[in-house]
Amino acid sequence: MDVMPKWADVVLVPLFSLVLAAFLSALLILAIGESPGEALKLMVEGTLLRSAGWGYMLYYTTNFIFTGLAVSIAFHASLFNIGGEGQAMMGGLGVSLVCLFIPWPHWSLAIIGASVGAAVFGMIWAGLPAYLQAKRGSHIVITTIMFNFIAAGVLNFFLVGALKPKGSMDPATANFPASTHLPTFEDMAQLLGFEKMFRSAPANVSFFIALMACVAVWYLIWRSPLGYEIRALGKSGPAARYAGVGSVKIIMITMMISGALCGLMAINTTQGESERLILNFTEGAGFIGIAVALMGRSHPLGVLLAALLFGFLYQGGAELALWTKIPRELIIVIQALVILFTGALTMMVRAPLERLFLMAWRG
Amino acid sequence: MTNNPSIELKGISKAFGPVQANKDISIRVMPGTIHGIIGENGAGKSTLMSILYGFYKADAGEIFIDGQKTLIPDSQAAISAGIGMVFQHFKLVENFTVLENIVLGAESGEFLAPSLRKARAELAELAAEYELNVDPDAVIEEIGVGMQQRVEILKALYRKANILILDEPTGVLTPAEAGQLFRILGRLREEGKTIILITHKLREIMDITDTVSVMRRGEMTATVETSETSPENLAELMVGRKVLLRVDKTPAQPKHQVLEVSGLNVVDEAGVLRLKNVNLNVRAGEILGIAGVAGNGQSELLEVLGGYQSATGSIRVNGSEIDLTGSSSDGQSRRARGIAHVPEDRQREGLIMDFTAWENAIFGYHRDPDNQLNRFLMNNAAIREETAAKMARFDVRPPNPNLTAKNFSGGNQQKIVLAREIERNPDLLLVGQPTRGVDIGAIEFIHKQIVALRDRGKAILLISVELDEILSLSDRVAVMFDGHIMGERDPSKTNEKELGLLMAGVISEAKK
Repeated sequence: MDVMPKWADVVLVPLFSLVLAAFLSALLILAIGESPGEALKLMVEGTLLRSAGWGYMLYYTTNFIFTGLAVSIAFHASLFNIGGEGQAMMGGLGVSLVCLFIPWPHWSLAIIGASVGAAVFGMIWAGLPAYLQAKRGSHIVITTIMFNFIAAGVLNFFLVGALKPKGSMDPATANFPASTHLPTFEDMAQLLGFEKMFRSAPANVSFFIALMACVAVWYLIWRSPLGYEIRALGKSGPAARYAGVGSVKIIMITMMISGALCGLMAINTTQGESERLILNFTEGAGFIGIAVALMGRSHPLGVLLAALLFGFLYQGGAELALWTKIPRELIIVIQALVILFTGALTMMVRAPLERLFLMAWRG
Repeated sequence: MTNNPSIELKGISKAFGPVQANKDISIRVMPGTIHGIIGENGAGKSTLMSILYGFYKADAGEIFIDGQKTLIPDSQAAISAGIGMVFQHFKLVENFTVLENIVLGAESGEFLAPSLRKARAELAELAAEYELNVDPDAVIEEIGVGMQQRVEILKALYRKANILILDEPTGVLTPAEAGQLFRILGRLREEGKTIILITHKLREIMDITDTVSVMRRGEMTATVETSETSPENLAELMVGRKVLLRVDKTPAQPKHQVLEVSGLNVVDEAGVLRLKNVNLNVRAGEILGIAGVAGNGQSELLEVLGGYQSATGSIRVNGSEIDLTGSSSDGQSRRARGIAHVPEDRQREGLIMDFTAWENAIFGYHRDPDNQLNRFLMNNAAIREETAAKMARFDVRPPNPNLTAKNFSGGNQQKIVLAREIERNPDLLLVGQPTRGVDIGAIEFIHKQIVALRDRGKAILLISVELDEILSLSDRVAVMFDGHIMGERDPSKTNEKELGLLMAGVISEAKK
């Protein structure tokens, strides 16, 4: 069978899936009784045409880069880490403990400490299901889903108990000390002499940590011997066995890196935005990571682009909810459609697209 | 008997994208004859048979059965046209009985019992008619491969097949079992059945077929009467040039012991003893061949030596004991001690089919210092360059290190594995089925490389189910049966019959 060139496969299939998802969403918006064109205009104006819109979009994007990378790296080892939610929640717990109980002199040190705390907590939370998979054969999809619920329970337990300030009615920790607060894009713009940029938007320096994570993951997967072993195990278990690549070790390491990346999301949400630990701060980002990884073809650059897209959809969705009667949940529908087309139905989209492409290519 | 050919193909063509798998193929097979189809891997034999059995639709051409133009859109149509197929890999339900397997898919009515009763009666008739004796109540997994193959043949006959297609039927059989199969085929021919035999073994063609067609690169290059041709002639037609069928080698000059295996036992996951007190040794500068029917412990032996199957007993390499716990990362330490391993199944173990050639060219050696820039980064540019040079030395075609492994032919895939293992200059090379699924031209090259390594004073342990290969390459031959080493022979002083008896576990007669 003839195949498309790789660039076409990588670019056209996600793009086409997106167009399909957008088309179905447009039908939905019509059904609600609003105009799809008007909705798109609102989304673009509210997100891309104002600096504050960018500030919100990049805040969401930061979350999605972390969780998208986490799911991608697990995909390379043929593991489906569906537990990003739980790992991120535990990451939040790690960030809070580091920020609340260690007196940090400056945010630049605090973010390092908080990153370590977030990564370690996420790592442990992914390491437990990984151990069960590697040693006992318990399926990682099942265990990581269960660990999401356990994480939510653990978070709840601490937020109504030990970590809640006395006398507070709010299931949240105390505010973090000011020395741990991260500079937002607004602060940075002011430093560069731009007033009134990114006004009160939540995007903060952790966006740059997310970008560094993209580069680091790229090196890890495509340039390091560990990444080579991860991909080898993911492509062929028997071959890995033959070559002496230990599956237990690789499964553990891969999942722990994946969990650490999910955990790191909390420096953006918890240290950067809310500046205290609150319930449900993950807002489903762990699951969106799956869509991001699928759409980004498990490649860091693809993940970055897909994370930007979903950041746009998230912020745009908030705008829609504000100005029209389109509910914010519509974005979740679009996200589900993208997962459906890029993940589950990829062959349905891919085969006809491939035929069309080859026909056009040959003229 | 009519004068119509039992089956006739006219101008069959089939393309997969730009690849022309079958090009204008025409065959006539008369009833009551055995027709051989021979050709290298990828010559289009399987595609042609898949068309005949309704798995693929031909782009052009017509099929005539008994002179009648017949359309075969699916395998149901093939069966009702009287075509029966015996696949290389049997399609039997392991935990069903013979009878249940034969009835499967051909049940009549809502209840099973009447179908089984009817089948039992018919089976008895068939068994008498064709001397195909099989116990109808035996469970498939408990009978030998030779018997399983008979069940496949019976399945086809039960479905009233007049034309029987057999795809590489002797691949898993001992010489004695193959002999029995050929007697059965002869009997079927006498009864007027038409048989099409697909094989890559020239000797089988010479032994049993009446006519033979040679395929090369999708085309039928010749159809001849078997009695009017010779193996050399057929080989030349297959490859398109003169081929050396024998391996050129000088007598071995063995030196010190490299590998000493003693008292080796392996118990598999199901608790079955797979290797039973295996003792053997290989010296530097010699090839020890291990003959045997597939599944008699050879794979386990390779896995233990390769470091990914635990065992008890002792293995010494160059005088020092190696660890037999079979932990999953032992493969790396084996390589560090100079053991290289060309595994039996290159597509499952030896290569990662989705990796590029250069990524595969360091597989297992990816942690070696010369493949790395520093502890954290691999030296991809250097690996690519080195791979391109290796591919040129081993005549891998196309010599493009960026191509994915699955895009190479079987022979070229094997050359990539061999290049990787041989160029590390190991003390001991383990080779499993070096030429399985490899075309004749590449076989010649691969055999030469193995002999050249021996002549450089390395020890080689060769495992193969091809008796010809064992006999022509080895300096000593050991035969494995049911996890035992049945005995050792000098290949120049033994013959196929003796080895065949050993392979079947008959030790007393072989000693005579």
